[in-house]
Amino acid sequence: MDNLSVDHLIGIKDLTKKDIELIFKTADSFKQVINRPIKKVPSLRDITIANLFFENSTRTRLSFELAEKRLSADTVNFSAASSSVKKGETLIDTVNNILAMKVDLVVMRHPNPGAAKFLSERIDARVVNAGDGTHEHPTQALLDAYSIREKHGEDFKGKKVVIVGDISHSRVALSNIFCLQKLGAEVMVCGPTTLIPKHIDSLGVKVEHNLRKALEWCDVANMLRIQLERQEIKYFPSLREYTMLYGLDKALLDSLDKEITVMHPGPINRGVEISSDVADSDQSIILQQVENGVAIRMAVIYLLAAKINRS
Amino acid sequence: MMEKRTILNSKHLEITLRRLASQLKENHQDFTNTVLIGLQPKGIFVLERIKEILEADLNQELTCGQLDITFYRDDFRRREQPLIPSVTNIDFIIEDKKVVLIDDVLYTGRSIRSGLEALLAFGRPKQVELMILVDRQFERHLPIQADYIGKTVNTLTSQVVLVEWKQNEGQDQVYLVNQEDKNG
Repeated sequence: MDNLSVDHLIGIKDLTKKDIELIFKTADSFKQVINRPIKKVPSLRDITIANLFFENSTRTRLSFELAEKRLSADTVNFSAASSSVKKGETLIDTVNNILAMKVDLVVMRHPNPGAAKFLSERIDARVVNAGDGTHEHPTQALLDAYSIREKHGEDFKGKKVVIVGDISHSRVALSNIFCLQKLGAEVMVCGPTTLIPKHIDSLGVKVEHNLRKALEWCDVANMLRIQLERQEIKYFPSLREYTMLYGLDKALLDSLDKEITVMHPGPINRGVEISSDVADSDQSIILQQVENGVAIRMAVIYLLAAKINRS
Repeated sequence: MMEKRTILNSKHLEITLRRLASQLKENHQDFTNTVLIGLQPKGIFVLERIKEILEADLNQELTCGQLDITFYRDDFRRREQPLIPSVTNIDFIIEDKKVVLIDDVLYTGRSIRSGLEALLAFGRPKQVELMILVDRQFERHLPIQADYIGKTVNTLTSQVVLVEWKQNEGQDQVYLVNQEDKNG
């Protein structure tokens, strides 16, 4: 059985371990493709994809767009800032209008949790969630896990990963927790109490409030961005204090008795959650994450498109 | 009972491979500007044997690669299952090289068409030739013919040509079975 068990990619929660491994295996081939002189394959030449971004994004949108173009799909882009959403159109109406133009697959980012699921139940096209509010960001989790696999090997059993920062507002954290646990890794979250959801331990993750202890425990540290735009109220006294307690700098990294891998989903606030010399060090795989993002998104779109039956 | 007709036994297969290697040598002499590329998944076994014979004969290493054509196929989404790719292993540029594409069975010609397209991602070759172990003639969907042919057979659409290798199935042989028998 070499087929995804789902018709849409809404969240990692819906995927099986086998799905994730299939995506990784397919991404291996696409990674070869994007490192060739001609980085394009014709697989999806009769597929049209709409990228609907109801929330700002640079990296994810570019990454999706590049993935689609390298598969030879036709793409249309839509961003809320320049659209009729501002004029009061509902999500379903916007999307139905776009679908009337015969689109096969929709990649959507939306500020409301559950928007991707809502859409997938109502339209006749495949949906890929590119981030829905504070819920999930599945392709980010897949590319993070894929980057860990590349560095630490295929077997996740016994691998220890700590996610540091704003867990409460992070869709990356939630998707990462699901993904890493399905693959068999142990997950810990670390941050100030105000940024860690109260019942997160019910997901089976460890909770630690001391960054040094968390780093001593882990093999991989995923440093999340402090999302200033998502903090209506102050969750910590000042950025300076956050950096002092939860920022990763070279001195702290070098004082550990083992070499851990440092990740960051971007965009980086240099000097806040991570210092420049750590971000640019050999232990950081931040740029590999970006490269792998294209391969993972190509794999996801390729596998979902394979389920669109023309005949 | 499964009816199985042998096309080439291990002895004949060896003779055929040696003849194909000689023909290649005749046209490419010292192979300075020639690269051999096997099509995944099954052409690479033919390539391996041809390479072995030629390298022993010429006492030099040949430039060889493996090409996967999955993403270039024309039957994507016309199958039940998505096609899962194999490895492409071409760590050289084929710009201005003479390329010999190698596969085990030539049937409709669609794989070779995909192979030609996939090849372009690695440069513009000076010339492309096709070597085939078994040619199922009169079954072509596309105007594609091989330059080097191991054995030509006439088959029915309902039949399948299977090539087995000693390192995989225990012995070298090529045989013909009916499709229903293979699936059953």
